[in-house]
Amino acid sequence: MKNKTTIGKNKLSLQTGGVEGNMDAYTHVRGESVYLDDIPIVNGTLYAAAFDSPVAHGKIKYLDTAEAEKMEGVIRIFTAKDIPGENQIGGIIPDEELLAGTHVHFCGMPVALVIAVSEEKARAALKKIEINIEPLPIITDPREAKEKGELIIKPRTFLLGDLDTAWQQCEHIFEGVASSGGQEHLYIETQGAYAIPQENGTIRIYSSTQGPTAVQRTTARVLNIPMNKVEVDTTRLGGGFGGKEDQATCWAVLCALATYHLKKPVKYSLHRMEDMRMTGKRHPYTSDFRIGLNKELKIIAYEATFYQDAGAAADLSPAVMERTLFHCTNSYYVPNVKATAYSCRTNVPPNTAFRGFGGPQGMFVIEAAIAKAAEALGIPASDIQQRNLLQTGDEFPYGQKAESEANECWSKANQLYRIKELQKEVEAFNAKNKWHKKGIALMPVCFGISFTKTLMNQARSLVHVYTDGSVGISTGAVEMGQGVNTKIVQVAAKIFSIDPAKVKINTTNTYRIANTSPTAASAAADLNGKATEIACQAILNRLKQVASDELSAGSGGKLPVETIEIKNELVYENGHVTGLHWKKLVMETYTRRISLSEHAHYTPPGIHFDAGKEKGHPFAYHVYGTSIITVTIDCLRGIYEIDSVKVVHDFGNSMNPMIDLGQCEGGIVQGIGWMTMEELIYDQEGKLKTNALSTYKVPDIYSVPKEISVHFLDTKKSNLAIFNSKAVGEPPLMYGIGAYFALRNAVKAFNPEASIPLDAPMTPEKVLMSLYPVSVPANL
Amino acid sequence: MIHFILNEEEISTSIPPGMVLLDFIRYHRHLLGTKIGCREGDCGACTVLVGKLLDGELHYESMTCCLMPIGNAQGKHIVTIEGINPAPGVVNGLNPVQQAVVNAGATQCGFCTPGFVMSLAGFCLSNKEATKENAIAAVDGNICRCTGYKSIERAAEKIAELMKTRKDEAPVKFVSEQNILPAYFSSVKSKLLSLTNDQFLTSLAGRPVPDSHPDSYRDPIVVGGGTDLYVQKHDDMTHADTRFLFDDPALKGITKEGNKCVMGPSVTVTDLKNSAIINEAFPEFQQYAKLVSSTPIRNMATIAGNFINASPIGDFTVFFLALNAQLVLSDGKSKRELPLRKLYKGYKQLDKRPGEYIERVWFELPGKNTFFHFEKVSKRTHLDIASVNSAISLSMNGDVIAHAGISAGGVGPIPLYLQKTSAFLRRRTISEEIIKDAIEMAQTEISPISDARGSKEYKRLLLGQLIKAHFIHLNHPGGE
Ligand SMILES: Cc1cc2nc3c(=O)[nH]c(=O)nc-3n(C[C@H](O)[C@H](O)[C@H](O)COP(=O)(O)OP(=O)(O)OC[C@H]3O[C@@H](n4cnc5c(N)ncnc54)[C@H](O)[C@@H]3O)c2cc1C
Ligand code: FES
Ligand code: FES
Repeated sequence: MKNKTTIGKNKLSLQTGGVEGNMDAYTHVRGESVYLDDIPIVNGTLYAAAFDSPVAHGKIKYLDTAEAEKMEGVIRIFTAKDIPGENQIGGIIPDEELLAGTHVHFCGMPVALVIAVSEEKARAALKKIEINIEPLPIITDPREAKEKGELIIKPRTFLLGDLDTAWQQCEHIFEGVASSGGQEHLYIETQGAYAIPQENGTIRIYSSTQGPTAVQRTTARVLNIPMNKVEVDTTRLGGGFGGKEDQATCWAVLCALATYHLKKPVKYSLHRMEDMRMTGKRHPYTSDFRIGLNKELKIIAYEATFYQDAGAAADLSPAVMERTLFHCTNSYYVPNVKATAYSCRTNVPPNTAFRGFGGPQGMFVIEAAIAKAAEALGIPASDIQQRNLLQTGDEFPYGQKAESEANECWSKANQLYRIKELQKEVEAFNAKNKWHKKGIALMPVCFGISFTKTLMNQARSLVHVYTDGSVGISTGAVEMGQGVNTKIVQVAAKIFSIDPAKVKINTTNTYRIANTSPTAASAAADLNGKATEIACQAILNRLKQVASDELSAGSGGKLPVETIEIKNELVYENGHVTGLHWKKLVMETYTRRISLSEHAHYTPPGIHFDAGKEKGHPFAYHVYGTSIITVTIDCLRGIYEIDSVKVVHDFGNSMNPMIDLGQCEGGIVQGIGWMTMEELIYDQEGKLKTNALSTYKVPDIYSVPKEISVHFLDTKKSNLAIFNSKAVGEPPLMYGIGAYFALRNAVKAFNPEASIPLDAPMTPEKVLMSLYPVSVPANL
Repeated sequence: MIHFILNEEEISTSIPPGMVLLDFIRYHRHLLGTKIGCREGDCGACTVLVGKLLDGELHYESMTCCLMPIGNAQGKHIVTIEGINPAPGVVNGLNPVQQAVVNAGATQCGFCTPGFVMSLAGFCLSNKEATKENAIAAVDGNICRCTGYKSIERAAEKIAELMKTRKDEAPVKFVSEQNILPAYFSSVKSKLLSLTNDQFLTSLAGRPVPDSHPDSYRDPIVVGGGTDLYVQKHDDMTHADTRFLFDDPALKGITKEGNKCVMGPSVTVTDLKNSAIINEAFPEFQQYAKLVSSTPIRNMATIAGNFINASPIGDFTVFFLALNAQLVLSDGKSKRELPLRKLYKGYKQLDKRPGEYIERVWFELPGKNTFFHFEKVSKRTHLDIASVNSAISLSMNGDVIAHAGISAGGVGPIPLYLQKTSAFLRRRTISEEIIKDAIEMAQTEISPISDARGSKEYKRLLLGQLIKAHFIHLNHPGGE
């Protein structure tokens, strides 16, 4: 926890409400935390397994389930015909069937659902299902999809300034192609759901989902029943990262479909290979860029065209594509911009949300453009990066004005880590060493916080104070390790000034909190935390009223409520402790028939966006930061290590530094994984070749940076975050992009002539192939 | 019947011995702290500790129970997270390992956490020196997608400090006395002794082939550690006719007979790592072994399993091909000897007759003038299958190569002994020119294909680089 020096001890306890770290840690380390597969099994539970398409695109000629149906233990096999409502799970655009009806659009698309008395029997039956598919042309390249007019939505363009004139003022212009690969979420808990029938045709669904309302809404639509008959309940997820925002729905609805027909509990917990094969991932992108700089290295013109590989259906792709546009200039001010994005339909599983939500893909391209310019000009990219950092008041291509910490983060990083000296050390090392070369790169980040779809920025919280003084809270937020539940406990503990142990967060349940937005966009703690703050405040006001009445009793006059304060569970009047305390006051309030419960609603003020003009103020605020990444490559073998990642990050005023540091470190490593070893390979037939943990590699403990230093930027600026503690889930992931450019620089140190395609991830294969472009080995 | 101890409870069960321990733990015993992340040994969420009596002493190793047949639990102590939770009433309810994880913030979603805690507890139960590096090495088979591992490193460091005072005390005694793990650990040894006194223990292993077998007769599946079988044929294993060789004492052990090193087929990678004979013969063996799978997999993976699996990238296959290891194959009645180099006839096609199993493996120990080296490159350096691997054994006569053996994996349908290249190197004096020629010669012996582990062009280039690396290493052992 190096350099975590800016938080004083006193300030810490005030800001944290006495909580450090994640409150779930206790049951986690004892193995007692409950995930989907741990929910006690109800008698009579049946098990589901999906039969998925072996072909990426085609017309189903016949589907024969007769043999499978005859197998021992098999109860029934469902197909599209058995759907009572709409065979439709598309959230943004209705273009995705739950079970393929006449056509299949990707390998892994569910076609039939086997229900059997055990998991083993359900899976055994899958092998007996026969399908015959007449193949149709398969597209796996987004550019080809665009050429063929296979677009999910109409392209969108963000414009700022006057690009045509700007090009004429440029001293240097560079253009090229930059691509970034997809990324498997690899939440360690796979997708799953468990549906249990209730009376009156109601279904309760336990779902490992980031979006309980999406599950509820889609189930209602598919089963043709009202939403109030679908109860979705989520305790916690064993990781989500966006992969369970939209894509958890399918499994839940499948279970519900079987429960609807059979009136029996039905469970489906996916095997890893099913999960990897059937679910979508981070969108691969390929993009064209053109960048223009003036003599002073100011970027004055930037044009980018993004081709997003959306996969076979919309899923969240339109929203992801939008965020790519929002973040196309990363942390830089560029006065003249044209950015266009195409969401291209291909025959791979529908790609979906993944930490950063298209932002990283957009940022990668401008960083690639800057790297290309720097390489051509023979200067470090940091010279260009620094000169173009956003200043407060600068306009983003979408019209919002920056409230910037970009320069503050950069100069703090420079002061702490001495950027020029680090660069010199790398040069000195490279001059001395033949078989090992180092590379260094900087990665500033600016990330907007809010759902870009403005209406989704709303949340509700239900707070009950029980007569014994304990507090129970329900919100729409889903806990998945990011610590949102802990932060909500902190909010309540702080507002009420009570022991956080008195506060319990309940499961996320659509019967208690309705119409929720998914836990995504890094915004869950802000939205649900603020709603909780409002609810607690309302109850507190009533409690104070009661306290003032109670304390005034017999004193003749009435004490003004403003003189009442609750501190550490004691009631103070004008700064003097009174005989009243939390528990007693709560009971007194109840006795007076005054409500100890509150359901509050929050929506952040001031945000709006006009998609017609592509202008507005879509973000409540931005998060800033700078990272410096150093790597070493082994030039004999093409393998490499990440030496260090040094960061200054704008946490605002962190309410839980341990959780926030964890988010930062975890995000960085996930981002580095995306840029280095995580490689998704689909073959020409649209089949995923890297479909298991043995072929798809995520970072292990030995591949992480030897050092990660995170400095919390000291900032006094206020913002719309909960208690000024800025959202932290997504932004740090993008620091990892620096690893790609550091590796590039290291390769160039060995082979200055290397022409390295701007194509992430930078696998050991790509490193070696760039070190030795001709396959005749170099001299010893 | 299978008998073992699960945490504090003695288990006798007649469930099929081919079933994986994971399903028994989670779905039969409802011990839900053991998680499922992959069922392929690759994530460590299902890590348990396996205690076994060896020469009267109790030793614990971590294993991924998703690949461990319950037959291999016979006579052992199986410890899940529930088995190391402090007894009710212990302050905090956490043992010091768990407390260190909590204090370091080393758990986020928590799904990987029981696995990490078990691996770290395994470190405390091992004889490893109490260093941060060793504590971290204990979790080399655990994947966490949330934390980025730095907090886990901080926890590991604290746990290593905790173990510093152990000195020479037996780990089991130390951890139960220090309340690091529950007190019942101290009584496990005697319980296991009485359990293993029964003769049933070998009954899962020996099963001679019938003299004359009907057409319907099929060999029982020979199971070593299960780390290949349960990945390849997971669905078939539960009800398969199985024969367990993993714990057969006659098939274990590494001994020296004159110049020969003789090994039982059920020797694990960990056994190799712990063997004085191996470490003396291959001073860099620890580094090599670190490149192979992970701690729990190394604790299970046997050398015979590696050979018979016949994967083109088998690390120990490539290792022993360069050393010209010899196999003794037996069908229970007759034996024959076969050079490992002759075992592979084509992709997953072996010169192995029905009923035959590997009974012994031996190789000539490298002499003073023999240079041996092993190289492996994979997408992720640790816990990954090689893109290409290679081993070399050179007997030197001054500057001249008296005898050469070079092997390579990942560059053909079988693990390759590069016969022409090896022959070419004989009686040559090492020079840049010769190395270049050897690399070119090697290119004529290989036929790599493009797959998830790399393009064929890459694999060709990489093999050349690894051969080059062998020779650079020969000249500058330790540093390049
Ligand atoms: C996560 C993971 C990582 C891995 N990493 C690596 C790696 O880095 N490098 C590597 O080389 N391998 C790796 N492997 C593969 C595997 O661990 C090794 O091949 C291992 O040596 C197999 O041994 P086993 O005892 O587990 O084999 P088993 O699965 O028990 O058996 C494998 C085959 O050998 C046969 N067999 C076993 N013993 C005998 C015998 N005595 N006589 C005849 N046949 C026998 C079996 O019938 C079966 O056909 C990895 C596996 C996993 C799951
Ligand atoms: S479940 Fe992943 S290693 Fe066993
Ligand atoms: S804490 Fe989530 S996988 Fe490790």
